[in-house]
Amino acid sequence: MSNTLKNSLLTLDARTKKRNAAETRFRVYGIAAIGAGLAMLILLLVTIFGNGLGAFQQTFVTLNVPLLEEKLDKNSTRNLEKIKKVSTFGYAPLLKQAMEDTLAENGIETDLKSKKQAALLSKSAAAQLRNYVLANPDMIGATVEFTFLANARVDGYLKDRVTRESIADDKNINATQLDLVDALLAAEVIEQRFNLSFITGADASDQRPEAAGMGVSMLGSFFMMLVVLALALPIGVAASIYLEEFAPKNWITDIIEVNISNLAAVPSIVFGILGLAVFINSMHLPQSAPLVGGLVLTLMTLPTIIISTRASLKSVPPSIRDAALGVGASKMQSVFHHVLPLAAPGILTGTIIGLAQALGETAPLLLIGMIGFIASNAPDSVASGFLDPNSAMPAQIYEWAKRADPAFYERAWGGIIILLVFLITMNTIAVILRRRFERRW
Amino acid sequence: MSVFWLTLAVFLIALLGTLAGYRRAFSVVAGDVRKLHSLPKYYGSFVGFTVLIPSLLLLILWVVAPPLEQVSTKFRMFLVLGLAVLLMVLALSRITPDFRARNAVERVVLGLLIAAASLAILTTIGIVLSMLFETRNFFGLYSWKDFFFGLKWAPSFRGDSELSILPLLWGTIYISLIALLVSVPIGLFAAIYLSEYAGPKTRGVAKPLLEILAGIPTIVYGLFALLTVGPLLLRTFGSGGLLGVDWMTGATAVLTAGLVMGIMLIPFVSSLSDDIINAVPQAMRDGSLGLGATKSETIRQVVIPAALPGIIGAILLAASRAIGETMIVVLGAGALAKFSLDPLEAMTTITTRIVSQLTGDGDFASPETLVAFALGLTLFVLTLGLNVIALYIVRTYREQYE
Amino acid sequence: MKDRLMDTIKISAKDVQVYYADNHAIKDVNVEIEDKTVTAFIGPSGCGKSTFLRCLNRMNETIDICRVEGDILIDGEDIYDRRVDPVQLRAKVGMVFQKPNPFPKSIYDNVAYGPRIHGLARAKSDLDEIVEKSLRKAAIWDEVKDRLDAPGTGLSGGQQQRLCIARAVATAPEVLLMDEPCSALDPIATAQVEELIDELRQNFAVVIVTHSMQQAARVSQKTAFFHLGNLVEYGDTNQIFTKPSDPRTESYITGRIG
Repeated sequence: MSNTLKNSLLTLDARTKKRNAAETRFRVYGIAAIGAGLAMLILLLVTIFGNGLGAFQQTFVTLNVPLLEEKLDKNSTRNLEKIKKVSTFGYAPLLKQAMEDTLAENGIETDLKSKKQAALLSKSAAAQLRNYVLANPDMIGATVEFTFLANARVDGYLKDRVTRESIADDKNINATQLDLVDALLAAEVIEQRFNLSFITGADASDQRPEAAGMGVSMLGSFFMMLVVLALALPIGVAASIYLEEFAPKNWITDIIEVNISNLAAVPSIVFGILGLAVFINSMHLPQSAPLVGGLVLTLMTLPTIIISTRASLKSVPPSIRDAALGVGASKMQSVFHHVLPLAAPGILTGTIIGLAQALGETAPLLLIGMIGFIASNAPDSVASGFLDPNSAMPAQIYEWAKRADPAFYERAWGGIIILLVFLITMNTIAVILRRRFERRW
Repeated sequence: MSVFWLTLAVFLIALLGTLAGYRRAFSVVAGDVRKLHSLPKYYGSFVGFTVLIPSLLLLILWVVAPPLEQVSTKFRMFLVLGLAVLLMVLALSRITPDFRARNAVERVVLGLLIAAASLAILTTIGIVLSMLFETRNFFGLYSWKDFFFGLKWAPSFRGDSELSILPLLWGTIYISLIALLVSVPIGLFAAIYLSEYAGPKTRGVAKPLLEILAGIPTIVYGLFALLTVGPLLLRTFGSGGLLGVDWMTGATAVLTAGLVMGIMLIPFVSSLSDDIINAVPQAMRDGSLGLGATKSETIRQVVIPAALPGIIGAILLAASRAIGETMIVVLGAGALAKFSLDPLEAMTTITTRIVSQLTGDGDFASPETLVAFALGLTLFVLTLGLNVIALYIVRTYREQYE
Repeated sequence: MKDRLMDTIKISAKDVQVYYADNHAIKDVNVEIEDKTVTAFIGPSGCGKSTFLRCLNRMNETIDICRVEGDILIDGEDIYDRRVDPVQLRAKVGMVFQKPNPFPKSIYDNVAYGPRIHGLARAKSDLDEIVEKSLRKAAIWDEVKDRLDAPGTGLSGGQQQRLCIARAVATAPEVLLMDEPCSALDPIATAQVEELIDELRQNFAVVIVTHSMQQAARVSQKTAFFHLGNLVEYGDTNQIFTKPSDPRTESYITGRIG
């Protein structure tokens, strides 16, 4: 046999060198691919935190507001009904007065009229004032110190989102106002502070991005998750127990299993259509309610929970079942008394992961109406928590993104941070649970 | 009495019956529980289930399909509660020491388990029926030929809308194609490196990190597309940008959505490919290495061809996910329906239009709104078809090695 | 007979140690394997014969924690020298595995794989010739010559193993390593492969690991007995099986250990 390889092993022939070069290139492609994936992850996280952390800091203005009696309670009756008649419009002069007083106190001079001065404040300032007065009518006549949100443009100015160049065509703010802001900043009347109301507050209208918060939509998500937990867990575990322990190997069982694996891969928007057609149109459940959102998400999460529960049940060795049957337990007793408790940690882990996925779902919620400016009032009771129109965290983020306002974009990124914190917490708990309770048979 | 209170009342009667049954079990054997066939708790549960299930079913039936309009809710209340009490008495009377309560209860529980499992089929039927019904209404108002074969998508309030799926299908496929072009090479090579070359430490770090990409909700990717990737591409391809060309006019484009969707799919493709590559037996690699092949030659000429059906299945599953994706395209792809080869243009997709048609202000029974159901049904069939083919390919392939 | 001395030593192993992490698996092995001869490695399960076999073509390197010390020389060159690429080595030293592992390719492509990657054929006709020669050498040409495009996995167990042998000889190796090649085969297929081994020794140095003493006695001229990682005794097959020098060898042969 002709033997072209009778060369010494100690010298690499040319062809081997080429092949080794190809080998190295191949490895590089692999590392590059992983690098690309990780780079994307880092880019994503940097973008999220870079853009979103700003939402947790907000610009506040501290003013001493004289609660002038002649404006609020002309006849000194302290009659709550009469005081309520003064709308937020009526509180505007108080704010103007407060601004003028503060400027005078700090020796700041400006060409602006008091209306333009007060415009630096958020449009929610008047409402804040009114709510305080209605809660404490006995304070009328006194001068009280308030901390108001500054409006979105001022906030943007302090966060370098709004610059002197960008306001050229902006009707909401002008250069003189920015000068005033600088002065107030120096006098420490305006300052940036941690904004708790972003986490706890309600959504706000288009004109008041500075006041928008995630709090109410968080409650919406919470109620939805309660529905999912209460329904998907028992039904999912029940279905899994049947399929894993009791179902005979016939065509009906096959169809059920095929259905489940298909449902796991159906696009989420189709579930939204189902929710709209069945829950809202046919069953006339209240639109935009967390109950409906929860029902839709239950159907979506069911296949995931079934698949992971079946895996947990499968992992319990048959010897356990045999041992139970051996002492005379019925099949059902062996399952519920022995197999299920042993599979419980795995089931729990799978449920938490399923809930985490459901928490981040947006598309189906869009179709059942959980978007728009609806997360405006915290629910006042458990029943209304389920039935009153509300939003959910991801839907709220989408809503803010749609408003095409850089101030709302910042809110959207901030909302994403809150959502991610929830997801990371849930997944970490799931991993810890798995590590602590995992049994190696 | 409202449904809520009625349900509560039925539960209360059932609870009462359970307790009564439990105590009766003791009394029929004068306290000596060894004479009972089953444990006392099963006698209690027997009564409880006997009361609960038929009564609740009657109530649900009455709510969903009331027999007579004129019949008052008072009559309903009497009927349901009467049934509940009757059942309780009947059940209690059946309690004797020989009565096999445990078997009866277990039969009921088995029925409940079967009902839970059937919910999966019910859901699928629900999905298909709900969309089928409204789609039929839609095709009553708009020709199905125009829907499937027409070339324009232009809904209008005046009523002369053109509602064809083809431009939307094109947008969907184009974006999914770009997503696959990004995710398949990266995901596949990442999987190859992690399973064939990487040491356990590298694997232990890289794999979980890539999995994080999979756990990020799609709304985040959507925002990323709209606010980061889109403007970045605009700065590169738009006027006054890096390349000094004027190819791009807006941040939303096919390329924007496609790139971001590709990033989202990387861990999906990677983990599926990883499973498939690991399923190729080691003996095959040994055979190749023993002949003097390098690792990359072994992978390229032996492992990948052996894993090819599985990889194709994985690609089809990824394509199915891409086609059904909503949030990334809603935020990143735009609203214009058109047939264009330019990836820097905005092009809308099936999923985007479903959202816009169902959340718009239109009258629900108008063709402009109903078309969303036809779109949804088409989408469902498309993704289902891809999944079934993918599963079939993977299953046939797996048989080769088992 | 007696002049086959110095220039017929193909593989020379000196003081070879193999470690799996901290486990000292192979200890102080010294052996000289002759060319154009069938050498059998025998010994009880887990004694290290397969491990040592895999050292001869550096296949043990596919396992990360494996470490080799000592010298293994083929044709006087240390195969563990830094300059040696295992890829080139394995073209020279072929291997046949315990369980037949044909690639999911056609019979032709299975055999052609080695020559293709090593660039042994300049034209298709050269490749055809190599494939035919290899299939003939493996005594399977007549059975498959009409279906070279059929998948290699569609053959019977014995045919698959002969296909793997054809595949191994296609790269024109000088040494052929066989790791229990018949253990997954039925008796008829085993007989066919054993007949083949006898023919193969006319062109190669064949080293065969076997757990069957009878097989070693049938096919080999030299036998090495391994026990607990040590090479206990090495010599002519006849002598090992009739007059073993070491008591451990005798215990294994007579079935007291194993």
